[in-house]
Amino acid sequence: MRPGYVVRRIGFYVLICAITLFFAVPMLWIASAPFDKNPGLGVRWPDWTLDNVRKTLDHPYALHSMVNSLLICVTTAIAVTAFAALASYALSRVRIPGRDALLYGLLLLSSVVTGTAAMVPIFVMMFQLGLIDSRFGVALVMTGGLLPAAIFILKDFVDAVPKSYEESARVFGASTGQILRDVVLPVARPGLATIMVWAFVNSWGNFLVPFLLIRSIDKQPGAVLMQTLTDEGGSVNLQVLPVFSLLFSIPVVVLYLLVNSRYGFRFHGGIKS
Amino acid sequence: MTSASAPPAPAKPAPGRGPARGPARDVAGLGIGRALGFVAPALLLIGAFLIFPALWTIYIGVTNYRLTGVEAVSPSIVGLSNYTKALNDALFHNALWLTMLFVLGSAIIGQNILGFTLAWILRRTRPAVRRTVEGFTLLAWILPSTVVAYLWVAFYDRDGGTLNSLLGTPGTAWLIDYPMICLVVFNTWRGTAFSMMLYSSALQAVPPSQLESARMVGASGWQTLRDVVFPHIRGHVLTNTLLISLWTANDFSPFLLTKGGPNHESETVPVYIYNVALQGGELGYSSAISFLLLIANLLVSLVYLRLLRRRA
Repeated sequence: MRPGYVVRRIGFYVLICAITLFFAVPMLWIASAPFDKNPGLGVRWPDWTLDNVRKTLDHPYALHSMVNSLLICVTTAIAVTAFAALASYALSRVRIPGRDALLYGLLLLSSVVTGTAAMVPIFVMMFQLGLIDSRFGVALVMTGGLLPAAIFILKDFVDAVPKSYEESARVFGASTGQILRDVVLPVARPGLATIMVWAFVNSWGNFLVPFLLIRSIDKQPGAVLMQTLTDEGGSVNLQVLPVFSLLFSIPVVVLYLLVNSRYGFRFHGGIKS
Repeated sequence: MTSASAPPAPAKPAPGRGPARGPARDVAGLGIGRALGFVAPALLLIGAFLIFPALWTIYIGVTNYRLTGVEAVSPSIVGLSNYTKALNDALFHNALWLTMLFVLGSAIIGQNILGFTLAWILRRTRPAVRRTVEGFTLLAWILPSTVVAYLWVAFYDRDGGTLNSLLGTPGTAWLIDYPMICLVVFNTWRGTAFSMMLYSSALQAVPPSQLESARMVGASGWQTLRDVVFPHIRGHVLTNTLLISLWTANDFSPFLLTKGGPNHESETVPVYIYNVALQGGELGYSSAISFLLLIANLLVSLVYLRLLRRRA
């Protein structure tokens, strides 16, 4: 029994190490390449330098694309949260005829109509609306795409807000607007924050929509600029791309950690699909 | 965000409605009319950017709409000829086959098995070990997908890639020689966290007493998994498999790694749709293929929702 146990323990830790290495090794690139004099040269201790960082900051479009990303994603996140909050509150508290069918339909829609399946009509539609090359147009398309799932997730949160709070506010003569502003919104804040972060992270990582709709390089968000950085002269721009990847990842990771520590990340299907 | 969603304060509250049954209790006094007004902006956006495009896909799919350089020729309806074309299109068959390989390899086998293994073995390890492994796995999942794609492009790189120097195979162009294997490994790496989290919570529902008695009667680990654990998590396995298959089949990131190449060897359906539409300019034909993808998504989603409902 004893030797068998030892062998099994060793096997167990070998397996854990193998899996950890599988996940950790590719990440070495994002940890070391940004600060390496000759980035992308395999497994070795890098020649530490900050040259790449300076080159990235000097790149005419690198920081600019981050600003574009911010513009697009903040607009999307605010719009998704605002419209989803309104809709999910109404759907939670008012018995609108056909409500359950609507919610079911929304859930279905959010998984059926994807960017890839609808890219042609979206491209043609935005072309005819004159919204090609518009960052606002990209934000609109992303908002429409994220709303069904957002409403569905947020309704869960709003359902959990105790109605007795609203009732007592009502007893004290609060108007509908006051109840929403002073009672419901503050209590539903974790849900709203989660949805906002979820929408931001999803639109931050979205490549296809801006890739289809944005033509000029000075309006490209970061996700598309990365594609441009690999095409410059047919080869990867190894000075700029690693640093840029790192910078581009920071907001998402920070937001995730923030939500996780603040509210405890609830695992909703397809937080990031 | 508060100011954006706060409605204008109404002068008089809506008349009190009778006590409603179920979760809906309109204590804020919205009334049906105003509630519809609350839902309308969201429905408008969803209608414009999801429902309308989905319907328009059907229409464009039966026309010969082409993207021409100078100006769009007004399309005419050509019936189902785009669909008959798809039946005989070797490249479309290729794309279907590659998508099935991609889903089978990276979602149904890769993410599922690795995710379950992690959930199972991390269940009773020391918290420090558990947090480390989970941390790396989750990080892979949190990072923006474009970053992950280029991280793997660099990892697979012929001249300076980590993989070649790890395996001692300098000069191997992984993305050109084995593009589908590269894609399967990449997608397994990036998506396993979801399955791991899902199975971790599913495993908590397995009664410890049953595991204990399996151990008492001397069942092997494999027997325990098959006869005790699996019956409890069967629904989760099915749900997870359907969801990750759906995401994988619609994933556009193969484009970021290989653009579908070399010579269509990694051209999955989403990449094929893009290449036909925006490289080839055949909007009609690519919409027909998009519609087939929509139908496939619909079928998978209906099965998923049915499962969800049965469990609730």
